[in-house]
Amino acid sequence: MTLKIAVSCVNCSACEAECPNEAISAAEGIYVIDPTKCTECIGFHDDPQCALICPVEETCIVDESYPRYQPAA
Amino acid sequence: MDLSEHEVAAAAAKAGATAEEIMQKMAEHKGCETNSDGGKKASCGTAAGENDLAPEIWEKVKNHPCYSEEAHHHYARMHVAVAPACNIQCNYCNRKYDCANESRPGVVSERLTPEQAAKKVLAVASTIPQMTVLGIAGPGDPLANPEKTFKTFDLIAKTAPDIKLCLSTNGLTLPDHVDTIAKYNVDHVTITVNMVDADVGAKIYPWIFYKHKRYTGREAAQILTDRQMQGLEMLTARGILSKINSVMIPGVNDQHLVEVNRAVKSRGAFLHNIMPLISAAEHGTVFGLTGQRGPTAQELKRLQDSCEGEMNMMRHCRQCRADAVGLLGEDRSAEFTTEKIMEMDVNYDLATRQAYQAKVEEERLAVSGAKASELQILAGVESDIKILIAVATKGSGRINEHFGHAAEFQIYELSTGKGAHFIGHRRVDLYCQGGYGEEDALETVIRAIKDCHAVFVAKIGGCPKKDLLAAGIEAVDEFAHEFIEKSAITYFKRYLEGVKDGSIVHVEKGDAEIRPGEVAVDVAAVAAE
Repeated sequence: MTLKIAVSCVNCSACEAECPNEAISAAEGIYVIDPTKCTECIGFHDDPQCALICPVEETCIVDESYPRYQPAA
Repeated sequence: MDLSEHEVAAAAAKAGATAEEIMQKMAEHKGCETNSDGGKKASCGTAAGENDLAPEIWEKVKNHPCYSEEAHHHYARMHVAVAPACNIQCNYCNRKYDCANESRPGVVSERLTPEQAAKKVLAVASTIPQMTVLGIAGPGDPLANPEKTFKTFDLIAKTAPDIKLCLSTNGLTLPDHVDTIAKYNVDHVTITVNMVDADVGAKIYPWIFYKHKRYTGREAAQILTDRQMQGLEMLTARGILSKINSVMIPGVNDQHLVEVNRAVKSRGAFLHNIMPLISAAEHGTVFGLTGQRGPTAQELKRLQDSCEGEMNMMRHCRQCRADAVGLLGEDRSAEFTTEKIMEMDVNYDLATRQAYQAKVEEERLAVSGAKASELQILAGVESDIKILIAVATKGSGRINEHFGHAAEFQIYELSTGKGAHFIGHRRVDLYCQGGYGEEDALETVIRAIKDCHAVFVAKIGGCPKKDLLAAGIEAVDEFAHEFIEKSAITYFKRYLEGVKDGSIVHVEKGDAEIRPGEVAVDVAAVAAE
């Protein structure tokens, strides 16, 4: 899994600075998460930072179409 | 030495001093707030306050429209919306739009990069030479966007060094940034403090984001208030002036704000600005949806009055947007969209700006001179009667706006103790749109100034004049284009004489409604989707 940003994003940019993987960037009207870079903050923080600072509930959400991130052993 | 303002001004003028030096001399003499003639006070953040201001503080506030009530008639400010991110959630804010209370709802600010913001500042400074202050107030929290905020300050300090810098923050990360704030000579910082008690805070803040964690409830409010107070103390220790904004939320923190006032005063805050909650369902905020009401005009005034003995109270706040441009109460942001400023040929000429500002100081001296001389008229007159008047003005301290063109009225309290004392403003819809008076709009105006005995205007039609009188409000147009305070005191003296000889029956007035400004069509449309 990785996180993704829903269309309810208000484009405030708060998540971008908090991402430890620099996986978040501005796109057309909303911000997007690069699924190849997102680690769900595993190895950095207890919870995904983008979801914690996002001002709109249910906007930075788990993208089930990707397998769970596996930290390197 | 006990010189009057006139004597100081005349002496300085004789010596060939500039207007600025004159003001400086006056400030040194008066300590800004207080002069020697029996407690009649000049206006700084307010007309109250026991403490004298040191000359270096007067130097900081004298042309800052937010920190000096008097300055706000003459000097303009601008905000640049470079800081969209926020690190807390407030129940009066819906982040889909700009914060409804710190910056009015309606149109979402156009977000700027620091480079665009710096260009915009130069463009505005060249067009509006009395623009003296650049603030960063959002639309999120400037210190939740520290790189963008300080990059903007850095660029402006290099290209337009005469412009004062200020910022407005929720305070959560303030202690981490005070040294940087000092480094960029930001000498005005506003902190929004709605509580100093975590139980109250839990009703206002659903969560905060702090050190990589989300906190909720009392815990969140406790961290926030601790950080705010720590930040305030650090600012005070560095001599940085602070203003405290508090949103008055009836039933939640209205009684508690007296305690907030004491807490911030004891930590050296310079000015306290208690603002009414702006709340409507169409804003989509928690308070809007739960039907939390804002205060009435008299509830707000009573709270401000009760805190006034404690410290300077700001009464002239317009709760302006994060991209506002112009004098407080006017918004010229539409002239400076990104598209327009990128095309502008900017010629930043410091000498022109200084020459213009010297003229502004002359005008300002004339206003305060007129006020001082007129106060003498009331000397010896004693009465318990206090009345409110509404004034239609375009600025410069004069009654120079047509009743029908006024988007807001300035409110003065008249008394023998304080003369004409500015206590706030009331927003109205334009009564006159394209020359036609609308009946509904007139009722709106009446509801907004119902606690006033009179409305002073440059001009007014016969019909609204009659309707206002029927509502108990006298429309006064005989002082058109004259100074506000001088005219108000002349009127008040006549009023008191009328009461004395029985030709006027004094009646106490009721309460009035606080109207949010441009509440906005497009917000309502989006909310309805």
